[in-house]
Amino acid sequence: MPMLEVHNIHTYYDNIHALKGVSLSVEQGEIVTLIGGNGAGKTTTLRSISGLRKTSRGSIRLNGEELGAYKPHEIVSKSVSMVPEGRGVFARLSVAENLDMGAYIRRDRKGVEADLERVFEIFPRLKERRKQVAGTLSGGEQQMLAIGRALMAHPTLLLLDEPSMGLAPILVESIFETIQQINQEGTTILLVEQNALMALSVANRGYVLQTGEIVLSDTAANLKQNEMVQKAYLGME
Amino acid sequence: MGIHNAVKNIKSISAYQVIQFVIGALFIGYILWRLNEILRVNPIYGPDTWMRFAIAGLILGSVYALIAIGYTLVYGILFMINFAHGEIMMIGAFGGYFVFEALNAIPTPTAADPELTFLSAQPVISVLLAFIVGMSVSALSGYFLEKIAYRPLRSAPRLVPLISAIGASIFLQNAGQLLFGAQRRDYLNPEVLTRGNGWEFPVGEGTVILPYTGALTFVLSFLILIGLFTLVQRTRLGRAMRAVAENKPVAALMGVDVDGVISRTFIISGAMAGAAGVMWGIHLGLVYYFVGFIPGIKAFTAAVLGGIGNIPGAMLGGFFLGIVEAIGPPILGLSFQLKDVIAFGILVLVLIFRPTGIMGEVLTEEKV
Ligand SMILES: Nc1ncnc2c1ncn2[C@@H]1O[C@H](COP(=O)(O)OP(=O)(O)O)[C@@H](O)[C@H]1O
Ligand SMILES: [Mg+2]
Repeated sequence: MPMLEVHNIHTYYDNIHALKGVSLSVEQGEIVTLIGGNGAGKTTTLRSISGLRKTSRGSIRLNGEELGAYKPHEIVSKSVSMVPEGRGVFARLSVAENLDMGAYIRRDRKGVEADLERVFEIFPRLKERRKQVAGTLSGGEQQMLAIGRALMAHPTLLLLDEPSMGLAPILVESIFETIQQINQEGTTILLVEQNALMALSVANRGYVLQTGEIVLSDTAANLKQNEMVQKAYLGME
Repeated sequence: MGIHNAVKNIKSISAYQVIQFVIGALFIGYILWRLNEILRVNPIYGPDTWMRFAIAGLILGSVYALIAIGYTLVYGILFMINFAHGEIMMIGAFGGYFVFEALNAIPTPTAADPELTFLSAQPVISVLLAFIVGMSVSALSGYFLEKIAYRPLRSAPRLVPLISAIGASIFLQNAGQLLFGAQRRDYLNPEVLTRGNGWEFPVGEGTVILPYTGALTFVLSFLILIGLFTLVQRTRLGRAMRAVAENKPVAALMGVDVDGVISRTFIISGAMAGAAGVMWGIHLGLVYYFVGFIPGIKAFTAAVLGGIGNIPGAMLGGFFLGIVEAIGPPILGLSFQLKDVIAFGILVLVLIFRPTGIMGEVLTEEKV
């Protein structure tokens, strides 16, 4: 049984039919990437999984359990965390308070402290800036904070929405290395990206989304070789 | 065309600023002249009178601060003005009133005083009960107000919940009138808190009274304000409130029950307004269905003055307004009956010239 199984979901914004029957699955331990152009429905897919946007049809199962009836804050306590597009750090809260918010649902003090240490190990910058208000961080630091904050919930499934957006190339590489490291430490990852090249280099498998529909799904290696993917998303002729 | 328009714009902005500057300069000039007039040229008030004004202002200001926090907390989280907040205060004032009345009906005769009632025999318990009941009924009212009048309109345009708030305010006033009658009632205090009694101390050539009711009001307000500040800055709920104020979907992604936090915000605001209502009754002595209206608008002024959404701003705005009301009339050379006009004059001036308040509005990403 896959950890996450999305089956034929339809999601609307008023009368905009943003997802037209999207299906995908993520196995425990994998990095799966969802690539596609602007407006394809990547963010909407993640918002549907995390409960921020209700689907009108289809099913989303986590370890076999249907998530449709749960509110977003209830889905978090099922060990699914999301790093939203554009980071969504709480600009007026300090770095430490942002990380505390990540651990909002947790009661195990010891575990939270251990995870905080882990986050500071992955992102030493956050430790230096712990007292600083998050709105004053650079874009890269805010992305680190957004990921660190999601890790504070100790998720088994991490949803990442365009973590490379707006970052300098050197930072992009380090963010993707971090994603791999987090995965190797046992977190399953569903990664949404427009930077298809980087996403396909770290992922096990991938799906290609076009105007609300999955048009391709394969191993990351095969997708990299696929002519259509090369043309449309890797900028090759 | 474009250049022409741009030039016109620059001109109109600078004209506006000139007017603003002239009015400001005239106003400050007038105040300085009046200060000189009443302090040096023709000192009609001695230091004892000024002291009396200041005490009255601080006491009233502490009540305004309590109410103002409610406007600012709700605005910070929902970007709406809860116009029914004054009525929430009225409900709390009635809560305390009925506790005092009920306790006064329990006879506890002693040899010395066969007429003694529980209210005066046990003033500490009585006052405590009045605050607990007053704060609870206001908190409950706030909770249901949000649930019934605002929650269904959460995704409507911003003007819609505002209209609903005005409707709720009128509804609650009328409900209060139906339930409790239209007459003004005297707030019956425990004997030790008889209005007008207090500590007397000499200032200048006169004596100044610090009334017991005023001291109680000020000290309790101060404690509640510190408690609120600690709650918002230091606790898990406070952090969640600040997160929800900044970004609701992301707060939900952290596992925060956003609706629950909004409910609790109304409960906290309501409890503070309820405390203010009981204080109003104990210190000023009157309660009726309309009692929340004027303090409500004044506290709203205080919140706007401090920059709505800004908690320390609302506290300072409350104290500032209380003091201005007390010493404003003599300084401006107006009758004391015009003190309400001063408060509303300030509201109008702030809204025209500096709608973000003196301390500036807290900026949020999510200004839908
Ligand atoms: N809040 C919204 N209101 C209305 N339409 C939206 C909203 N968010 C996204 N859409 C529409 O839904 C479609 C999918 O958007 P999105 O999921 O954000 O795409 P992606 O993340 O792949 O860029 C687009 O056509 C977009 O215009
Ligand atoms: Mg997107």
